[in-house]
Amino acid sequence: MPSSLRRLLPTGLMMALLAGAWAVPVRAETTLKVIPQASLRVLDPIWTTAYLTRNHGYLVYDTLFALDASFKVQPQMVDTWTVSDNGLTYTFTLRPGLKFHDGALVTSRDVIASIKRWGVRDQFGQKLMSYTQSMDAVSEATFTITLKEPFALVLDALAKPSSNVLFIMPERVANTDPQKQIEDYTGSGPFVFVKEEFNPGSKSVYRKFADYVPRSEPASLLAGGKQVYVDRVEWIYIPDANTGVAAMNAGEMDYYENPPIDLLPLMKSNPKIKVEVTDPIGAQVVLRPNHLLPPFNHPKVREALYYILSQEDYMRAIVGDPSLYKVCPAMFICGAPLETKAGAEALKVDLDKAKQLLKEGGYTGERIVLLDPTDQFIPHNAALVTANLLRKAGMNVEVQAMDWSTMLTRRAKKDPVDQGGWNLLHTWATGVDLISPMTHALVAANCDKAWFGWYCDPKVEELREQWARSTDAARQKQLGEAIQRQVYATAGYYPLGQFVLPMAYNERLSGVIVSPVAIFWNIQKK
Amino acid sequence: MRNYVIQRILATIPVMGVVVLFVFLLLRLAPGDPAALIAGDYAAPEDIAKIRVALGLDKPMHVQLGIWLAHLARADLGTSIYSKLPVTHLMAQRLEPTLALTLTTLVFAVSLAVPLGVLAAWKAGTWVDRAVMILTVAGFSLPVFWLGFLFIYGFSIKLAILPVQGFVSITEGVVPFLQHMVLPTLTLGTVYMALIARMTRASVLEVLSQDYIRTAHAKGVARLWVLWRHALKNAAVPIVTIIGIGVALLIGGVVVTESVFAIPGLGRLTVDAILHRDYPVIQGIILVFSAVYVLINLLVDLSYTVLNPRIRY
Repeated sequence: MPSSLRRLLPTGLMMALLAGAWAVPVRAETTLKVIPQASLRVLDPIWTTAYLTRNHGYLVYDTLFALDASFKVQPQMVDTWTVSDNGLTYTFTLRPGLKFHDGALVTSRDVIASIKRWGVRDQFGQKLMSYTQSMDAVSEATFTITLKEPFALVLDALAKPSSNVLFIMPERVANTDPQKQIEDYTGSGPFVFVKEEFNPGSKSVYRKFADYVPRSEPASLLAGGKQVYVDRVEWIYIPDANTGVAAMNAGEMDYYENPPIDLLPLMKSNPKIKVEVTDPIGAQVVLRPNHLLPPFNHPKVREALYYILSQEDYMRAIVGDPSLYKVCPAMFICGAPLETKAGAEALKVDLDKAKQLLKEGGYTGERIVLLDPTDQFIPHNAALVTANLLRKAGMNVEVQAMDWSTMLTRRAKKDPVDQGGWNLLHTWATGVDLISPMTHALVAANCDKAWFGWYCDPKVEELREQWARSTDAARQKQLGEAIQRQVYATAGYYPLGQFVLPMAYNERLSGVIVSPVAIFWNIQKK
Repeated sequence: MRNYVIQRILATIPVMGVVVLFVFLLLRLAPGDPAALIAGDYAAPEDIAKIRVALGLDKPMHVQLGIWLAHLARADLGTSIYSKLPVTHLMAQRLEPTLALTLTTLVFAVSLAVPLGVLAAWKAGTWVDRAVMILTVAGFSLPVFWLGFLFIYGFSIKLAILPVQGFVSITEGVVPFLQHMVLPTLTLGTVYMALIARMTRASVLEVLSQDYIRTAHAKGVARLWVLWRHALKNAAVPIVTIIGIGVALLIGGVVVTESVFAIPGLGRLTVDAILHRDYPVIQGIILVFSAVYVLINLLVDLSYTVLNPRIRY
């Protein structure tokens, strides 16, 4: 090689390297901008049952098990598990390489501490704990749950899909008093919560956790591989829906979790926005009478409601678009494994029959206090429909307007109506909360401990207990039917229709998973 | 003057004391339960009760008041029931957007309203006067949220030249900051501008009928000089008063504007805290807002001595 060339070589090499470095495309950070359903304030998914905090939990924490698209329990952080022949000892082994966001390995001690804290707050968790004799760490990756007596729903409890979900936290965090909020947000999930950028009520930011080890299976509902293709997820709460829709149309935001139904046409007409239903089962609206106070303490008066209420009327008022709702008498949700029409024969409008039952129940025109939270469009619209239907049946309804917070206080009152008590209110829940007699809070009939309205029927409770012990799917289905029949026979539940809320996202996105919970893994942004 | 300022500052102490007591009692007497909101819709009543105990909301009202006053004595406004973050931190996070919006609105409104008001007074009874008055009546009558959506539709959706929503800190760039401030400022400033312009017109009109103005004209002083040097200066006291009152109105208007443009400011923090019964946050914000009101009133009163040397304290 000539010396001149030799002298030039290092310089040329350096220039070539520099040119190469210059040519290497610097990949811009991908940020998924999301308009969540509400503003995030509470960051502890075990301390609150709020759905938005649950969704935050799915970003930051991983679960031991999860439901797939067929509502079957699939392992998530768990690698393998066995059940002893007597059905009393469950042995679980964690997947290798699972890490928390601080770099520490996920161990059995973390899992046991997480189960204990969840088992204090969650009702399904409390049920599991009532059957549990001990939980022991066998090794760093293996732990056991030993039961006092067989409980068929161990895996179902560990895979509970909605609030409160069993999220796995580090032991030091999970040791926080269950009645107090955690202040360390170190998670085990595919995204890291960026505490420094948290602006409560406005913005929360999550960045991809590089050390997260996803499962190899494809993502399915809440189970499968949680592959993350974006660098950041930003939840930016936009309080005004019109502004939210405008921001979507202008391309400023990528994903709108719950746009109002009446504004959907504004996005549907934009070819750059996809409006889809990603929740496979939707939600159900429910009327709740107060079983403690007259006139609804009388079964005949409660039965009369079945001949007054028309699901079609409610769904037209709340949803409007017939493609988004269905009339459904199944209290464990239409489209779910326990769907049945058992006992629902009475759900048909017949005002003469209703008036006759009201008379038999001793109703003589007393004031009915109906709570109406005007800042919540679903219960508010439902309240207006109920008032109208009940008046047609000759009932004396007083609609009391209030904000949501006031209603939450009022509904706890057991006093007579002239001392702040109430007769009727409305609520609604996502389908995943209602698919099982264990998680369906509104069919619990344990009197004083039942949800507000204090439905009371020992036979329903006995059937729910049998359901919890049953290991056979066919037997569970039978018991589900029996529970529904008994609840309808005692006039304990009033479904007002099942509906889905579409979501909207920019066409730049792909891989949005069908799920009743808004989740952000698997999504790619062009 | 110094004695007057000291007296006024001392007088704020009982005012703030009344505000503190009033806000505390009003919140506790109003229905609503943060524990129930935190626990969620399907929480069991006993869980709600446990949260109430953990938050100290089960304690008698006088005990809760005592705890809060003890914190106040240490200049501690408390922590949010929900996020567990200090109220001062939450307010600091939200201060810049609100301050920026208030300042840009003030600059926009005053710089437009005062010349328009003077012009309308000068051309009183002509088409110019009527045009300005139509503009101000319209500005004052249009709901802020409606105007906001109109601007979003026009500038962001149709013309696509300005962002729909959000706030960018000035530290992240002056251009994006201004881009995000234009529409909220126009929206909020229109109402404020209308208010000041009407007051300026009325005030200048009154001064223009004074003898010394006629004398100035008779002496051959230039019209613009008469308007600027004699009329506007003597009409300034009520104008400054209305600007001061307007700042208070701005804080109210900011709530709506911040919601329409999704600006994370103090207005939205206040409304959210009220809706969620986040007692420490509501108490802290109202206390600080009250102090700001008192301060603005004091500054307006002091400005009178500068604008009109005959006024002495």
